[in-house]
Amino acid sequence: MLSDNIIAIIDYKMGNLRSVEKAFKKIGANVVITNEYSVIKNADKIVLPGVGAFKEGMENLRQLALIDLLNKEILENKKIFLGICLGMQLIGSKSYEVEETKGLGWISGESVKFNSKTLKVPHVGWNNISYTNKNVLFDNIPDQTDFYFVHSYYFKSEAEYDSSLTNYGVDFVSSVNRKNIFGCQFHPEKSQKYGLEILTNFANLKS
Amino acid sequence: MLKHRLIPCVLLKDWQLVKSIQFDSYRTIGHPTTTVRVYNARNVDELIVLDIDASLKNEEINTEIISDMADECFMPLTIGGGIDSIDHIYQVLEAGADKISINSKAIENQTFINEAAKIFGSQCIVCSIDAKKIDNQYRVYNKKLGVLDIDPLTLAREYESKGAGEILLTSVDNEGTQKGYNLELLHLFKDKLQIPIIINGGMGKPGHGVDAIKNGADALAAAYIFHFSQYTPAQIKEELYKFNISVRMAFNN
Repeated sequence: MLSDNIIAIIDYKMGNLRSVEKAFKKIGANVVITNEYSVIKNADKIVLPGVGAFKEGMENLRQLALIDLLNKEILENKKIFLGICLGMQLIGSKSYEVEETKGLGWISGESVKFNSKTLKVPHVGWNNISYTNKNVLFDNIPDQTDFYFVHSYYFKSEAEYDSSLTNYGVDFVSSVNRKNIFGCQFHPEKSQKYGLEILTNFANLKS
Repeated sequence: MLKHRLIPCVLLKDWQLVKSIQFDSYRTIGHPTTTVRVYNARNVDELIVLDIDASLKNEEINTEIISDMADECFMPLTIGGGIDSIDHIYQVLEAGADKISINSKAIENQTFINEAAKIFGSQCIVCSIDAKKIDNQYRVYNKKLGVLDIDPLTLAREYESKGAGEILLTSVDNEGTQKGYNLELLHLFKDKLQIPIIINGGMGKPGHGVDAIKNGADALAAAYIFHFSQYTPAQIKEELYKFNISVRMAFNN
């Protein structure tokens, strides 16, 4: 049976929240879309999804007064966290999208643009991941499984927290993990069977 | 390695999914949510649904059905049909779509693409171009406006420069014929765009997909083959794979 943890999906006006909610509901998770202080405080786990530009993402988090709250809940209270796509990039140190912008800085690394002279950008479609340091969200998921990606910037980090790499012109970091903090560049909510498996593993993690 | 996608592209009409034949007559496919559930179980890579009641009769896009379909769609869902305002896009995304497809509005007003891409990101904006061969030249076709004196590739390039994320290129002549994709049209586009091209119209057997990808298509959209042929999505992909085309192999669910 699935854990009855409350999972809060952070609503910071950066797209595709509904898809993430629908996927969590499909697996039977107790999920809520919110940007309210008390709901986030009360949640057991936190998901930061997001599609769109890094600078706008940070700006929205700031305007909604979520940055200090997230820092406290994730870094101090050690709530289990999953950043998806832009949500994974935002936990890095910085991005060069539009202009250099500081991120939440939970995992050292930066987001840089794919080379659009040699590659079609965005990187959109199904691509396989290769484990470098498989984390618990990938339990029961074979190496080289394909997941759905759509992004123009990719995460570049010190290898320390990488969980998997994916190749698109370069080998980029497609998932990360540092203690209670998880991130994936691809969209588990849009990756059918194995995507839902990741969300199930996340929902079942014990705090 | 990035895989070539296999995408059902179907129409929503009178609360049913249908497929068209050369943009003219329609054949019923089935109930929207049931059909989406089957697609999902069969591991197709994405789904495109165009609401033709919304685009042709100027009805509001049917967000209720979109939401029901999205409940069962754990793969990217692109919705199109008469989308002509930013507010419209919000509604469709709120219902659970991942991308939106724009056709008529983009022909009318290209700055709309610009505006939409700025707010929702290029990855969300698919621009749809229907092309028809007239007097030995390809021209943009629009169901409401007819044949327009616009070159499809020129239009695609303009869309790209305005921030489109993908081009859905449909050959009106080949659509619904099962004779294969329009390779001549595709050839005009080969290596000309920096964004992915989804070719649509004419797939009757897996070999047609092989030809299209060798002629520059990034992804294959089809309808007939999924419903009125003996091929399953897995068999189509196996056939593509035999010709060294990278595809996401189906898993046993």
